[in-house]
Amino acid sequence: MKTRPKVLITKIGLDGHDRGSRIVAAHLRDAGMEVVYTPPWQEIGNVVKLAVEEDVDVIGVSSLATDHLIVPKLMAALREADLSDVAVIVGGIVPDEDEQALLDAGVARVFHPGSPLEDIAAYIVEATARVRAARFPALDAIR
Amino acid sequence: MNKPLADPVPASIDEAQVRWAAEYAAQVGHDRPVQNRSGIPIKPLYTPLDVDPARFDTDVGFPGQPPYTRGIYATMHRGRTWTQRQLIGLGTPAEYNARLRDILDQGASAVSLIPCNSVFRGYDMDEVDEELLGTCGVVVNSADHMTTCLDGVDLSTTSCAMNDPSPFTLLAFMLATARRRGVDWRTISGTSNQSDYLSHFVANHMFFRLALPGARRVLTDHIAWCGEHVPRWNPLSVVGQHMQQAGATPAEAMAFTLSSALQYADDCVAAGMSPDAFLPRFTFFFDISISFFEEIAKFRAGRRIWARLTRERYGARDPRSWRFKFHGQTSGVDLTRQQPLNNIARVAAQAMAGIFGGLQSLHTDAYDEALSCPTQFGARIAVATQNILREEAHLTDVIDPLGGSYFVESLTDEMEARILAIIDEVEAAGGMYRAVESGMVQRRIGESARMHQGRIDSGAQTVVGVNAYRVDEDASARPALPKPDPAGMRAHVRGFADWKARRSASAVDRALADLARTAQATGTGGGNLFGQVVAAADVGCTHGEICGTLRRELGFGHPLVVV
Repeated sequence: MKTRPKVLITKIGLDGHDRGSRIVAAHLRDAGMEVVYTPPWQEIGNVVKLAVEEDVDVIGVSSLATDHLIVPKLMAALREADLSDVAVIVGGIVPDEDEQALLDAGVARVFHPGSPLEDIAAYIVEATARVRAARFPALDAIR
Repeated sequence: MNKPLADPVPASIDEAQVRWAAEYAAQVGHDRPVQNRSGIPIKPLYTPLDVDPARFDTDVGFPGQPPYTRGIYATMHRGRTWTQRQLIGLGTPAEYNARLRDILDQGASAVSLIPCNSVFRGYDMDEVDEELLGTCGVVVNSADHMTTCLDGVDLSTTSCAMNDPSPFTLLAFMLATARRRGVDWRTISGTSNQSDYLSHFVANHMFFRLALPGARRVLTDHIAWCGEHVPRWNPLSVVGQHMQQAGATPAEAMAFTLSSALQYADDCVAAGMSPDAFLPRFTFFFDISISFFEEIAKFRAGRRIWARLTRERYGARDPRSWRFKFHGQTSGVDLTRQQPLNNIARVAAQAMAGIFGGLQSLHTDAYDEALSCPTQFGARIAVATQNILREEAHLTDVIDPLGGSYFVESLTDEMEARILAIIDEVEAAGGMYRAVESGMVQRRIGESARMHQGRIDSGAQTVVGVNAYRVDEDASARPALPKPDPAGMRAHVRGFADWKARRSASAVDRALADLARTAQATGTGGGNLFGQVVAAADVGCTHGEICGTLRRELGFGHPLVVV
C-alpha cells in the first residue's frame, strides 16, 4: 500500500493563471508527496477521471479568477463517481461570502492568499490520514 | 580632556570613503547582506566612486536622446503626464459601458477593455459554464457587443487598449463599430494588449488558444495589416507583466520581454517588412513590483538596451523605432488579502517606481484585487492614487528626478548587465520562440517564483500582515463583492441567441470559409489572415466562430507548462 500522500493539483474553469498551483505542486513534491499536476482549464469530468485512475487522496483546486464558482459542480461529480472520500481543498482568491458555499458543498478547506506552503503540506498529510482511515478502517484495527 | 577630534573635512573622497566605512562597520557590527529580487547585491551607500562620469554622455545623456536612459521624450511627464489607463471589465457590455464612463469621469484618460475569461479561451458565451460569465471581464462576442461597450466614447480621440490576443477579434469588432459610426480607421489609436503570444505559452495563459505556429503567423499578419490600415494603432505590446507575475525576477522579466521583441522583429523582417515601418509601433507592458529602486533601474536599463538593439541589430534609422514605450501595471502579486487597505500604500509605492521609471501609461491596481474582482470603490481609489501622485505630490515637475543618483545610475548599470546576460542565454538557445518551446524560460521563472516564496515563508522578506505585523481582522470589514447582475447576464445570453438566429447565415458562412481558405494557404499567397478576421467580424461572425475556425485550421494551443 502506498504511504506517501498522493495529491492532484489542478485548475478547472476558464482562468489560466497558474503561479500558485505550480508553486504548491513543486513544494508538495519536494516535501515527499506524489503529485499529479495538470495544466489549467481541466474539464470537471477529466478531473474525476484522473482522481479515479491515479487513486489520489487529495485534490487541490487553484482558483484566482472566480473559477471557484464551479467547484460545487466538481463536488457533485465526485460524489456521483463514488469518490466522496477524496479530500478537496481550494486555494487562491475566494471571497468570504463564497467560502461557506464551498464548505457546504463538501470542500474540506480553503487556503487564502498568504497561506504558508508548510501549512498546506501539513494539512494534506492530516487529510490523507483521515481519507485512508475512512477507506481502510480495518488497517487501523490491525494496528 | 576631550579626545582630539578627527579633521571634520576629509582631504579626499577616498579618505572620506575609508572613514565612513570604518564608522559604518563599527556601528552596525554584522552587516546583513542585502540583495534585490534580481540577485544583485546592494551596498549600504553609493558614492561618486560607483559611477564613471565619462559615461554620462554615452550612457545617461538627456531625455529624448538616445540611449534614452532618462526618458524617451524631451518633455517626459513635465510636458505630458502618463496616460491614466485603468483596466476594466465586468459583466455585460451595458454594465461595462457604465463602469467605463464612471472611470472616465473620475479622470482616467483612456479606455481599456478586459474580456471575460470565456472570451480568453476563445469561446462564445453559449459554450461555457454560465456561472463564470462576466465574473472577470466583459462578455463581448460580437461587433454589436463592442458597439454597446464603447457607446459614448469618441473613437477618433480616445486611445483604446484591448486585451486581445491572436487573432485580435476585439480590434476587429472595434473597427466594425468605427465603420458603422463613420469614424476613419486612420484616426483610431490604441494598443492590442496581450498580442505577445509567446508570453501566454509561458505564463498566465490568457490567450484565445491558437497553437504556437498559428499565433505566430497571425501576429505577423496583424502587424503588417495594422501598419497599412490603422496606422496609429499599436499592434504589438510585448509583455513582461505576465512573466514577472508568474515569478520572473525584474531582470528576467525585462530580458525575456526584450528577447520576445527581438523574435517578433526578426519575424517581421523575415516577412519582408522594413524595421522603421514596424518598430515605431512596438510597445511594451510591464509589472511594477514594490522593489522600488530595482523597478526604476529595470525601466531605465530596458530603454537603454532597446535603443541600442534597434539600431545595431536592425539598422533602424527613425528615432521612433528606438523609443521604448511602455505601459506599467502595479503588481497584484505583492498585494495581500490580509489588512487589504494596506494595499493602497503598496500600490502608491509601486506606482511611484513606475513614474520615476519613466512610463508612458499606468494602471494602478485596486486595493481589493487580492479579495475579488475590484469593486467600484476600490477602482476609484486606484484612480485617485494616480491623481494624488501627479498633482499633489508634484512627481511630474522634474524629468527623471533620480537620474544622477549614484545608487540609481549604478543599479541601472548592474541591471543592464544582468538583463543582457539573460538575453545572450536566450539567443544561445535559438531565440525566444525556441527557448519557450524547450521550456527553458518556464523552468527559470518557476525557480525564481519558488525562491521568492521561500523568502516570504522564511521571513527573509517581510510582507506586512502576512508574515509580520499580523492583527486579528474583522472579516466583515472586507468590501462587498461585485458580481454581474444575473438577470442582466441572462438577458445578454438570450439576446445573443436571438441575434444569432436572425443574422444572415450565408454571409457568416461565406466569411468563415474565406477565413479558413486564407489559413489553409501557406506563405503570403493567401492574403492577410487578420484582414480576413476584420471582414468576418464586420458581417456578424462571432468571436467563438472566428477563433474556432482558425483553431481548426492552425491548431489548438496548449500552454507549455513546466513544473
